Amino acid sequence: MTDKPVNNRAWFFVLPVLGFVLFSSIIPTMTVVNYSVQDTLGANSFFWNGDQWFRDLLNPATTIGARFNDALFRTLAFSLVCLLIEVPLGIAIALCAPRKGWAVGLSLVVVALPMLIPWNVVGTIWQIFTRADIGLFGAALTGMGLHYNVTQDAVSAWTTIVVIDVWHWTPLVILLSYAGLRAIPDAYYQAARIDGASRWAVFSKIELPKLQKVLVIAVLLRFMQTFMIYTEPFVVTGGGPGSATTFLSIDLDKIALGQVDLGNAAAMSLVYNLITLSVCWIFFTIMTQLERRRDV
Amino acid sequence: MTRITLDGIAHAYGGKPRTEDGYQLKPLQHVWEQGLAYALLGPSGCGKTTLLNVISGLVIPSEGRLLFDDRDVTRLPTEQRNIAQVFQFPVIYDTMTVAENLAFPLKNRRLPQGVIDKRVAEIAAMLDLTGDLGRRARGLTADAKQKISLGRGLVRSDVSAVLFDEPLTVIDPALKWELRSKLKAVHRALDLLMIYVTHDQTEALTFADKVVVMNDGRAVQIGTPAELFYRPEHTFVGYFIGSPGMNLMPAEVTGSSARVAGFEFRLGDAYSALPGDGSVKVGVRPEFVSLTSGPGLPVQVRRIADLGRKRLAYVNLGEHALVASIPNDMESIGDTANISIDPANTHVYVADIRRRGAPA
Repeated sequence: MTDKPVNNRAWFFVLPVLGFVLFSSIIPTMTVVNYSVQDTLGANSFFWNGDQWFRDLLNPATTIGARFNDALFRTLAFSLVCLLIEVPLGIAIALCAPRKGWAVGLSLVVVALPMLIPWNVVGTIWQIFTRADIGLFGAALTGMGLHYNVTQDAVSAWTTIVVIDVWHWTPLVILLSYAGLRAIPDAYYQAARIDGASRWAVFSKIELPKLQKVLVIAVLLRFMQTFMIYTEPFVVTGGGPGSATTFLSIDLDKIALGQVDLGNAAAMSLVYNLITLSVCWIFFTIMTQLERRRDV
Repeated sequence: MTRITLDGIAHAYGGKPRTEDGYQLKPLQHVWEQGLAYALLGPSGCGKTTLLNVISGLVIPSEGRLLFDDRDVTRLPTEQRNIAQVFQFPVIYDTMTVAENLAFPLKNRRLPQGVIDKRVAEIAAMLDLTGDLGRRARGLTADAKQKISLGRGLVRSDVSAVLFDEPLTVIDPALKWELRSKLKAVHRALDLLMIYVTHDQTEALTFADKVVVMNDGRAVQIGTPAELFYRPEHTFVGYFIGSPGMNLMPAEVTGSSARVAGFEFRLGDAYSALPGDGSVKVGVRPEFVSLTSGPGLPVQVRRIADLGRKRLAYVNLGEHALVASIPNDMESIGDTANISIDPANTHVYVADIRRRGAPA
């Protein structure tokens, strides 16, 4: 054991970060916490409401509880569908991407383009793109005799939001996977050739294991972003038709800003936040634990 | 069981070069005999790994033909060549156990499970991996990982050759000796053609029956360790092999006597018709130059290096720096001394190539 000097002055170095986090996260969160335990009858007078907002929210028998449940289920389903499409698709495209020459730069830039477009603009682009009368995509599908209408048909709306997210964010998975693939030394591929490994064996025994770490990051990022999806449905479908694309964030927005129901909204956003955090934490812990256990 | 023939094999990345300097691997004619252990020895970047990769098919040579016995395999992909290769840094399959790693090359070739198990057990025993067979390969030390790589190279019994590309670089020195002798034993047991790339002469000379010394893309000499030591055919072999390397001095040679910096000494053979353009050098290994208390060539002593087992003197003969051995019984050495050169072990080089003399 070494004797480390005890010097609490080191805390001073942490202070600036602490100050920053205080203003960026802690204080805003605490205001939400504040709303979540109070009720108001208007005129800016609040009174203590205990955990009643949370009880209502988590009880599916109440209106708000049922609404929350539906939105939560919708959002989880959306995240799952997006992950199931984006991760395999991203890996597949990364595997096909060129490894040398001028084509590398070109293909990476082309692939990354959608990521550079702001959410709002993405929404607007797709809103016009999918219109059945003047949108290229919408008009083409309608012209082919398909029943496609984002504002009236739930399946169309859902599919469109998924397609937008896949188009917008698969590039992230591609870039991460591509970087991961490039980090594999040539010797592995050469050894695999010497060992007579099939293409599938190269993928499953070399590439996929080596990609595991970047894929954990990709899945985490994609889960968080899809679980919190807001702008695309807000601009393209407005959460409709009906409540088909009313994901948690859209619903939260409706409750907080549409109905100015601060208590319910605060309780909901805290639970929402906790779900995101715990899903990520559980996923990350399981992945890292699995990794550690495999080494033994 | 194969003999491998390099028929004018040469390689240049990116098209045929205009001059010979453009080749990474200069045209080479050589036959690797079945059952021998070869070492490819040379400094980094001399083309030895390229040559190895040409044989294994990871690099397709730009010129020449590669024959396995009489079959032309020049353009055949690696998978169809029946070659095993071990790389400088350990390559293991992370998700597999040690046993699965060793079995992988056999499994890919669809051998019956019984044969695979037997072979894996044999190789594991040879490399002391038996205790680790059930463990996951990724958690092991670099040594153990490299042993797995070696094992994967040796596990196939039907290979034409096993190629090693500086396989002991990551292994710690104590284990190096052990593994090297193990490889040697494996070589004897399996009667395989083995080609071992290294820049470490000790490794090359202890492992190989024949050593191919490479420099700047060219195989400068192919011979037994003794040939490389006693008759270096190229000045490069002279100073690359041996520690320290051969003394080389520009000299004027007439018949069987050489004149260096105004001093004359006798050579073992007589030479005639040597060019007078200054490209003539006399080479003699430090082992055959010794300080003497008797008569000899007068030198200035710059420093003495005591290597424990032997002592070396760094001296100047005129303006030429030489390394000489110090006899064990010689006690005090002053600033000046005399050296004697053993004529039988002197060589004459013209433009770096050894010239054969007639008996004096």
